Amino acid sequence: MTKAGDKSCINLKLKVWRQKGSDVKGRFETYEARNVSTDMSFLEMLDVVNEEMILSGKDPIAFDHDCREGICGTCGAMVNGRAHGPEKGTTLCQLHMRHFSNGDTVVIEPWRSRAFKVVKDLVVDRSAFDKIIQAGGYISVNVGGAPDGNAIPVPQEVAEKAMDAAACIGCGACVAACPNASAMLFTGAKISQFALLPQGLPEAKKRALAMVGKMDELGFGNCANETECEKECPKEISIENIARMNREFLKAGFL
Amino acid sequence: MQWDLNWFICTLRSSIGKKLIMALTGLGFCIFLIGHLAGNLIIYAGKDAFNSYAERLHALGPIIILTEIGLLFFAVAHVFIGAYLFYENFRARPGRYLVKKNAGGRTIGSVTMPYTGFLILIFIIFHLIDFHFADKTDQTIYQIVLETFSNPGYTSFYIVSMIIVSTHVSHGFWSAFQTLGVYNSEYMPLLRVIGIIFSLAVGFGFGFLPIYISFFS
Repeated sequence: MTKAGDKSCINLKLKVWRQKGSDVKGRFETYEARNVSTDMSFLEMLDVVNEEMILSGKDPIAFDHDCREGICGTCGAMVNGRAHGPEKGTTLCQLHMRHFSNGDTVVIEPWRSRAFKVVKDLVVDRSAFDKIIQAGGYISVNVGGAPDGNAIPVPQEVAEKAMDAAACIGCGACVAACPNASAMLFTGAKISQFALLPQGLPEAKKRALAMVGKMDELGFGNCANETECEKECPKEISIENIARMNREFLKAGFL
Repeated sequence: MQWDLNWFICTLRSSIGKKLIMALTGLGFCIFLIGHLAGNLIIYAGKDAFNSYAERLHALGPIIILTEIGLLFFAVAHVFIGAYLFYENFRARPGRYLVKKNAGGRTIGSVTMPYTGFLILIFIIFHLIDFHFADKTDQTIYQIVLETFSNPGYTSFYIVSMIIVSTHVSHGFWSAFQTLGVYNSEYMPLLRVIGIIFSLAVGFGFGFLPIYISFFS
């Protein structure tokens, strides 16, 4: 067994946002995380802290998680002021404790946005994203036999760009990192993944208007081109998608 | 569907519509800055050249009045929509972060955008009072410039204001193109560089004039 003092084992002070429910006022509580293996992921570290808390009869820290492989978009928290922690292109579950040093104080906060209400502790309600998708983030397909593969030709670069946009896992880090809590990178990616492909074209106009309209209605802020979102996005989605959304929306709104 | 009715207003009232107005009016000011700077640089050609430039400019009559009304209209739109966006953005995050770090996207220009904008507004009010609305019955514009910049307090205020304008433009220029949807991974970095060069040209171009006037004329 490893002990504190070894390079592979560290002690941390955690400053965690605790909030019992969405209508209750929250506050920061300080906890000690002892003998944390540097091979652990950030969520595993929280698991260990929670196990100790459960054993001592305390309410464990609530946090969202699912696949723990960096592909589902369920986890996420602000770690020392950075969405999903300080590593580039990484979700919280893929952030490993080797990026921290013995004795560090780690501040852990939920995503903060008017559109994302805190459910409990670090868990936020991201159903606002679902509402944006419901407004038009789909294509309508008539039923019938599956079309032949490659029946509709798509240039390789276009397919790549659409795929890059579709890499969005909807984690909400863009909103959390944005100084204005804007959802334009998410909405831009979701509009782009269809706008780029022939299958998305018939509904492109309606989609751009409806999704941007819904995004505005939900109380997200406005993009000021600070580009913090693309820097924090675990899938490194480019603000090129925001420019494309602007283009799609203005085209649909004025032409 | 609300989008079919009053589609024009609806589009402009949306988040992207408001950004569009900010971008277009902002680019309008960038064009104005080029014209204004080109005019100011005539000071280097001497007193007579500058006075005759001012005379010929005012001789344009209705074109100048129309441009002034246009700029005023642009300014009102830019200031009020900017202020409203600032309010909306502030409201979008009711609980602030205890710790928030820059992930590498923000620049001095982008962080200070609303504040530099407010300071520029204050500067423009003083600037218009001092030069545009100055009594020109028995003094030429060159004399007004000389007299105004003989006051070191005003000169420092002017130079600081030009640094602020430069900071505002350093983010505003490329940001306007991004808002207009002009994005291409190849020429976007170039556009950002052009924005920085333009903002430096504005800062040094305007900012060096009072120094030149106080020391060399």
